Amino acid sequence: MAAPKKGRKVSGAPGRPGRALALITIVILALAGGMFASGHTTPRLGIDLAGGTSITLKAQNEPGQPNAINKTNMDTAVAIMERRVNGMGVSESEVQTQGTDNIIVNIPKGTNSKQAREQVGTTAKLYFRQVLAQTQGTPLPDPGKTPKPDPTSTKKPDEAKDPKDKDGKDKDSKDKKSSPTPDPTKTSQGRAVTDALKAPTPTPTPGASKTPDPKTTPPAQDPATAKLEKAFAALDCTKPEQREKAGDGIKPSEPTIACGKSITGKVWDGKSWDKFILGPAELEGTDVKKASGTFDTQRALWKVDMEFTKEGSDKFAKTTGKLMKLQQPLNQFGIVLDGNVVSAPSVSTVLSGNAEITGSFTQETAQELGNILSYGSLPLTFKEETVTTVTPALGSDQLEAGLIAGAIGLALVVIYLVLYYRGLSFVALLSLLVSGILTYTIMALLGPAIGFALNLPAVCGAIVAIGITADSFIVYFERIRDEIRDGRTLRPAVERAWPRARRTILVSDFVSLLSAVVLYIVTVGKVQGFAFTLGLTTLLDVVVVFLFTKPLMTLLASKTKFFGNGHKWSGLDPKRLGVQPPLRRTRRSVVPTEPKEA
Amino acid sequence: MSRLGSIGARLYRGEVGYDFVGKRMIWYGISVLITVVAIAGLAFKGLNMGIEFQGGALFTTPPTSVSVEKAKEDAEKASGHDAIVQKLGNDTLRIQVGGLDTKTAAPVTEKLAQDLGVPTEKINTELVGPSWGEQIANKAWTGLAVFMVLVVIYLAIAFEWRMAVAALIALVHDLTITVGIYALVGFEVTPGTVIGLLTILGYSLYDTVVVFDGLKEGAKDITKQTRFTYSEIANRSLNGTLVRSINTTVVALLPVAGLLFIGGGVLGAGMLNDISLSLFVGLAAGAYSSIFIATPLVADLKERDPAMKALKKRILAKRAAEAKNGPAAEGDAPQDAVPAAVVGPRPSRGRPASGKRR
Repeated sequence: MAAPKKGRKVSGAPGRPGRALALITIVILALAGGMFASGHTTPRLGIDLAGGTSITLKAQNEPGQPNAINKTNMDTAVAIMERRVNGMGVSESEVQTQGTDNIIVNIPKGTNSKQAREQVGTTAKLYFRQVLAQTQGTPLPDPGKTPKPDPTSTKKPDEAKDPKDKDGKDKDSKDKKSSPTPDPTKTSQGRAVTDALKAPTPTPTPGASKTPDPKTTPPAQDPATAKLEKAFAALDCTKPEQREKAGDGIKPSEPTIACGKSITGKVWDGKSWDKFILGPAELEGTDVKKASGTFDTQRALWKVDMEFTKEGSDKFAKTTGKLMKLQQPLNQFGIVLDGNVVSAPSVSTVLSGNAEITGSFTQETAQELGNILSYGSLPLTFKEETVTTVTPALGSDQLEAGLIAGAIGLALVVIYLVLYYRGLSFVALLSLLVSGILTYTIMALLGPAIGFALNLPAVCGAIVAIGITADSFIVYFERIRDEIRDGRTLRPAVERAWPRARRTILVSDFVSLLSAVVLYIVTVGKVQGFAFTLGLTTLLDVVVVFLFTKPLMTLLASKTKFFGNGHKWSGLDPKRLGVQPPLRRTRRSVVPTEPKEA
Repeated sequence: MSRLGSIGARLYRGEVGYDFVGKRMIWYGISVLITVVAIAGLAFKGLNMGIEFQGGALFTTPPTSVSVEKAKEDAEKASGHDAIVQKLGNDTLRIQVGGLDTKTAAPVTEKLAQDLGVPTEKINTELVGPSWGEQIANKAWTGLAVFMVLVVIYLAIAFEWRMAVAALIALVHDLTITVGIYALVGFEVTPGTVIGLLTILGYSLYDTVVVFDGLKEGAKDITKQTRFTYSEIANRSLNGTLVRSINTTVVALLPVAGLLFIGGGVLGAGMLNDISLSLFVGLAAGAYSSIFIATPLVADLKERDPAMKALKKRILAKRAAEAKNGPAAEGDAPQDAVPAAVVGPRPSRGRPASGKRR
């Protein structure tokens, strides 16, 4: 829609009112038919009206990765989040991008929103980093947490790919492979590999000199290292804020510090934390093709199988090759998720392709780590911006309030129109009705079609739109009245008024539409629902005025005496409009006539 | 109604009318005054930004008999931050706590639920990170800027640049007044308010566009006549479209009033209330500005156009000549005898329409 065009076919002539009316009737019937056929007879309700939880996540800019927030990465993130949420059995939840850097996750009522929130919101970036130093949260006890590699590089390709779910096959192959398996406990300490020591550590390793606890630390003295050490010494992993913030703002290619749960038995005691100094990221989440927690029937324990991508496999081989020669804790790599060490297995052999991590896993922790490894490879870091939880009770209250408000607004408009326009208000009311039906059916159909959900602001938009729609009728009616005041009889008045009213309606609706579109594109969150409804109803307003109101006026003016002869209740009575007989035409628009003092 | 109808007719024909354009300085003055007050309010009092803009948590309980004071105490104890508690119409409590972020709020919800004796899952929560409001505000500013640029271009094409400029000034005027009222009254600014404010953009222009459209049409052959200056024609079309403007404004305000009544009166607070309040204020300001500000501004701008200046000169010369010839001219060519001002209030005319062209 651009500048209003002049001289469309309809202008000035009655056109074919019957056709237009038939067309819109067909459209309405088709939409209504489609609505009933599809079984979606009510618009889908948004979280704020139906109840549920809605989370807005915002992608964070990370140091060193300036252009990471782009469409591809956002789409990948959405896909991963969808898998995660649906993976936990929340099938009706939806994940969508909004604007350039926001993701909205809507979880309907009745599902475990807390769990979903944790899965979606907190699982973000995953890195494998070498452990450069570690302090035990608890007196370190047993030795056992180790990662074990499952050597697959050597193995045959097909085995390398075992799907985790097929237990049978999986196990078999694993067993074969896993000769070098380490085992057990997942905490920091693994069985140390003896040879360690000298492997060239890739990065400046922070020295432990000042820190009391780090057990092993190769000295290193540059300022960055010193700074890191200081931060490490100051880090208190028992404080949640510190855990959150540890390592904030550090690039993946630099050493960092982090906390991790200190698990000694099968179960975490709930309060012990280890802290780590970690080397630069060797692999990242995207290098893991898939991973899963599986039960090893032979050894009767839970473990996590990982399969790397080709590239990841090479990197992993290199890393493990380097680490296996080092000593505890340098032979460990930390699996760092969102800045937290989720596991820090030690390495005793070169691994690639596939690997397994064993340790003191329970079914839950093994599966969780599997999930994190497979789905943790979000390309971006996200931060929770808003979390809204609405109970179904409040939702239905709000819906009800919205509907009542709409009813009141509509009633007021109707009363005003009837009082002011008399018979003409009949045309306006029918047009509003048509507009209402169109809006409702389209909203109902857009639910399944594009996932449109009616939320509270959208309801507001629809109510506000009553005014916009009625305004178009007023513009047209006033035009007709002006023509009658110029002395025309109704039929020509209806036709002559149209081209000019049409122009006004198009221009002003275009401005409305423009604001709706701009709002929709540049804003986020609830504003979009509002903008969408406003835009939709503005478009429908044009449709209704062109295909319904105008043709109906033409018909009424020519076919009915009530309107055609300007009955005094028709709203078009020349006398009531102040026309004085004798009627006389004027050249009003060009040279306005001026009242002269009598 | 017929009285209204005939007033409409007389306005339309220019028999009655108000000299909006001629008295524009009064209206400009009033608007400047209001705008200054609004800006002063904004500068000295500032806006009362809602929790969504500062970060924090908003809890809504199910209907409960717990008192506001007790809830406040509990909320402050549970969170360690100041809380604002309101009792809403349906006996629910609305508790706002600042300074929480999305992570730290979860335990607070549980504690609060316990203290208030309400099941956790029955409490509605809205947790907002501190940067969310900033994000909304930034996007709103972007939207505002983009919209203004586009709409000025569009209006310049559909009408002309002077009208585009006048419309833009009127728009800024409406927004300033609305924001100023928010600052002065101390209404809370929420994302709902921002939605309402942004909607004013489209809506306040709707009115202006209706008036401009009439003006453009009225002035299309202006250079071919020597009876009216641009300002006079502008005033005439303004009066001619007055009924339309009033009607469209009233009809636009009625549904918003419905929202405001339910949102504010019954629910007590929330999105409905926030959107409708800012819309209501903005729409009212918009109606005022499209009549009293936008059109007079166009006339002012237009009178600087050389063609219009020349026209005005010719008209003044002609009027001076007619004034000399006086009554003589009247009998012969009554249509050319024009009073200096186009329309002013013309009280008490016996028979409205008849005095007119004859």
